[in-house]
Amino acid sequence: MMRSLLPRACAFAGALAAALVIAWPAGVLAQADPAFEARLKRLEEELRCLVCQNQSLADSSAPLAEDLRREVRGLAAAGKNDEEIKTFLVDRYGDFVLYRPPVKSTTWLLWYGPFILLAGGGVVWWLIARRRGRRADGDEDDVAVPGATPAAPDAAAATGVARARALLDNPLD
Amino acid sequence: MNSSLRLRLLLPLAVFVLIVAFLWVGLSRDPREVPSPLVGKAAPLFTLPQLHASDKTLGTADMKGQVWLLNVWASWCVSCRIEHPLLVELAKANVVPVIGLNYKDKTPEGIAWLAQHGDPYKLSVVDADGRVGIDWGVYGVPETFVVDKNGVIRYKQIGPLTKDALEQKILPLVRELRKA
Repeated sequence: MMRSLLPRACAFAGALAAALVIAWPAGVLAQADPAFEARLKRLEEELRCLVCQNQSLADSSAPLAEDLRREVRGLAAAGKNDEEIKTFLVDRYGDFVLYRPPVKSTTWLLWYGPFILLAGGGVVWWLIARRRGRRADGDEDDVAVPGATPAAPDAAAATGVARARALLDNPLD
Repeated sequence: MNSSLRLRLLLPLAVFVLIVAFLWVGLSRDPREVPSPLVGKAAPLFTLPQLHASDKTLGTADMKGQVWLLNVWASWCVSCRIEHPLLVELAKANVVPVIGLNYKDKTPEGIAWLAQHGDPYKLSVVDADGRVGIDWGVYGVPETFVVDKNGVIRYKQIGPLTKDALEQKILPLVRELRKA
């Protein structure tokens, strides 16, 4: 089935492309304008290939990615700026093609969610710290003060220690 | 049990339930189904040569005034074979005209494929370099679009048609759009 074979096909195509690039005469690639190529590469790295979804347009060797790279190159050569090229793709494939989705009502959770979680974590941390601090103020036993004589263990702790000792002495009781 | 202790016991449970709910929904979705921004918008225009008569063309303008389906297919597309019997059946029932977009295919191979598997299309048009496919946001053949009388895309099926999708979504939608 076409879909289930896609990852394998992508991997194969990738290997093939790598082999081609290695075998390619260096002169052919060097002919192009380096600044233009760098701009295309940067732009294609921001765009997602819809077939191999975890690859960018720059990395993917899926036939659709090739077509879209050709399209992007054509648009760039025709003088379109990066925003216009992105709009061209978003109009056809949706925000999904952008690795950096725009901030809008449907992506608020995506953009601000981590900060909300961080703030929530901060609040929990503050609550725990406050409770610990209060307990330390109220109960001197929890704080070890160097040089001070240890406070006498209270009655409950003493019985506990005595019971533990008794259990250790006569484990079979 | 005092309320702060109860809260402390219930909070992890609540967080757990929340994570389970997120994963339940998130993992049951198909990441390959990317919602198309074209649904609800005017279908991208094209005029393309016909598969069986390359000297004639068919365009979106010719379909104006009727509800129609655009089915993107290719002879190299294996999952097209899965949905093909459904399309043949649909054609026999003569419910709605289906235009085939022969996507990035070789014309003789496309013709041979239809001869072998049956031709459910009112007409097929040739998109040899996939340019029209890009305009329609095609990324995984087969895909099927429902276009209304005014040339607006109303629905997009990504991947092979299923009996369920056809009977529960596409055909009711076609009937509804007909009335409009």
